[in-house]
Amino acid sequence: MIRVVLPAHLRTLARVGKEVQVEVDGPITQSAVIDALEATYPMLKGTIRDQTTKRRRSLVRFFACEQDLSHEQPDAPLPEPVAIGKEPLYVVGAMAGG
Amino acid sequence: MSGVRVLVGTRKGAFLLTSDEKREKWDVCGPHFAGWEMYHLKGSPADPDRLYASQSSGWFGQIMQRSDDGGKTWEQVGNGFAYNGDPGTHMWYDGTQHPWEFKRVWHLEPSHSDPDTVYAGVEDAALFRSTDGGQSWQELSGLREVKGNLWQPGAGGMCLHTIVLDPNDPYRIVVAISAAGAFRTDDGGTTWKPINRGLNSPYELPDPDADVGHCVHRIAMHPSKPDTLFMQKHWDVMRSDNAGDSWFEVSGNLPTDFGFPIAVHAHDPETVYVVPIKSDSEHFPPDGKLRVYRTKTGGNEWEALTRGLPQSDCYVNVLRDAMAVDSLDSCGVYFGTTGGQVYASADGGDTWNPIVRDLPAVVSVEVQTLP
Repeated sequence: MIRVVLPAHLRTLARVGKEVQVEVDGPITQSAVIDALEATYPMLKGTIRDQTTKRRRSLVRFFACEQDLSHEQPDAPLPEPVAIGKEPLYVVGAMAGG
Repeated sequence: MSGVRVLVGTRKGAFLLTSDEKREKWDVCGPHFAGWEMYHLKGSPADPDRLYASQSSGWFGQIMQRSDDGGKTWEQVGNGFAYNGDPGTHMWYDGTQHPWEFKRVWHLEPSHSDPDTVYAGVEDAALFRSTDGGQSWQELSGLREVKGNLWQPGAGGMCLHTIVLDPNDPYRIVVAISAAGAFRTDDGGTTWKPINRGLNSPYELPDPDADVGHCVHRIAMHPSKPDTLFMQKHWDVMRSDNAGDSWFEVSGNLPTDFGFPIAVHAHDPETVYVVPIKSDSEHFPPDGKLRVYRTKTGGNEWEALTRGLPQSDCYVNVLRDAMAVDSLDSCGVYFGTTGGQVYASADGGDTWNPIVRDLPAVVSVEVQTLP
């Protein structure tokens, strides 16, 4: 199971706690994890990535293992600790400044 | 006993304000969707328990909500707003062409007769319709064929913010877009035409009376006279008596004819309300005095309504969707401010009282008259 930590607003929409777990078949990539997340929680469609282009929304970030993975290719493998469920993938609302 | 429910959208959530027909004591319920921008909420005329709400966030995009119990509970519905085919391009701020990109829903307009049919005006400007209670949305893309490549965003974005449904003719719809102008369909949304003849925008457009490009802020109609439309343009308050085919100015003695909202009295189609704002560069009331102006003659002769409104040191704005009227015997008028106040008048504007004073900035105000 892949662990995903969601930001507060998306937890409210999905009616879940801070962390959820999703099952992913095949390679563990950003795209595959978000696919699984949206399949389990369809209310999150469009909130993390554009529904048509599948591009990450510009003020959403993906962190894991103390790295910013936001600019990695969506189909690049996620770090091993995420793939084996040891570490979560963090979906984060970007800092807005101010 | 009859009553009213005021639906308030703010920058940080939605609030429902309810009262009986006296409109003296109010219950305040909220925030709903706390922390989200609530651009607009509106109830179905065919079923007052059916509400639609536009919920959005700069981070997480557009969410749509629906209630079937008057706002006690909400259900998330569809947020798939896909333009038809290749959406093409429109004019960008620098004069280049820019791809059409969906950003958010500004305005929701439920059908007069079917609770499951609702229209959504979006940014980048387009009109969508749902016939399944908001689960799915289809674009009425003929609108963007009316010189859409020449439309360009105003300072607030290129938004379709006004949808007026003719109560007598289900095939006639008027919409307004910033900054493209007003448009009308007479065939239910398949084909559209610009209805901007008579508008004059010498400070905004190189061709002051161009077909498209005018910065229309709001259009209002009285259901008993659907061919008469009132418009608050960027500058100028305008009137049409032929469903927008031509317009003439009715700013008359207003202290400034810049503003955003415009509303028509529920029982008198010649009584109209506006909130003059100093200018396009100073978005607050002239002289720090918050004044609603009312005409009882369909324009030109305006009176200031001040009783109960702050008459010094007031520098709030009233946004385009933030004014509404109820249809009780003594017509109620409501508006919200960017300072978080919602004011109500139970006597057609003669006197005002704040319902709430300290909400987040108010984006929209709608009111339902309940049986």
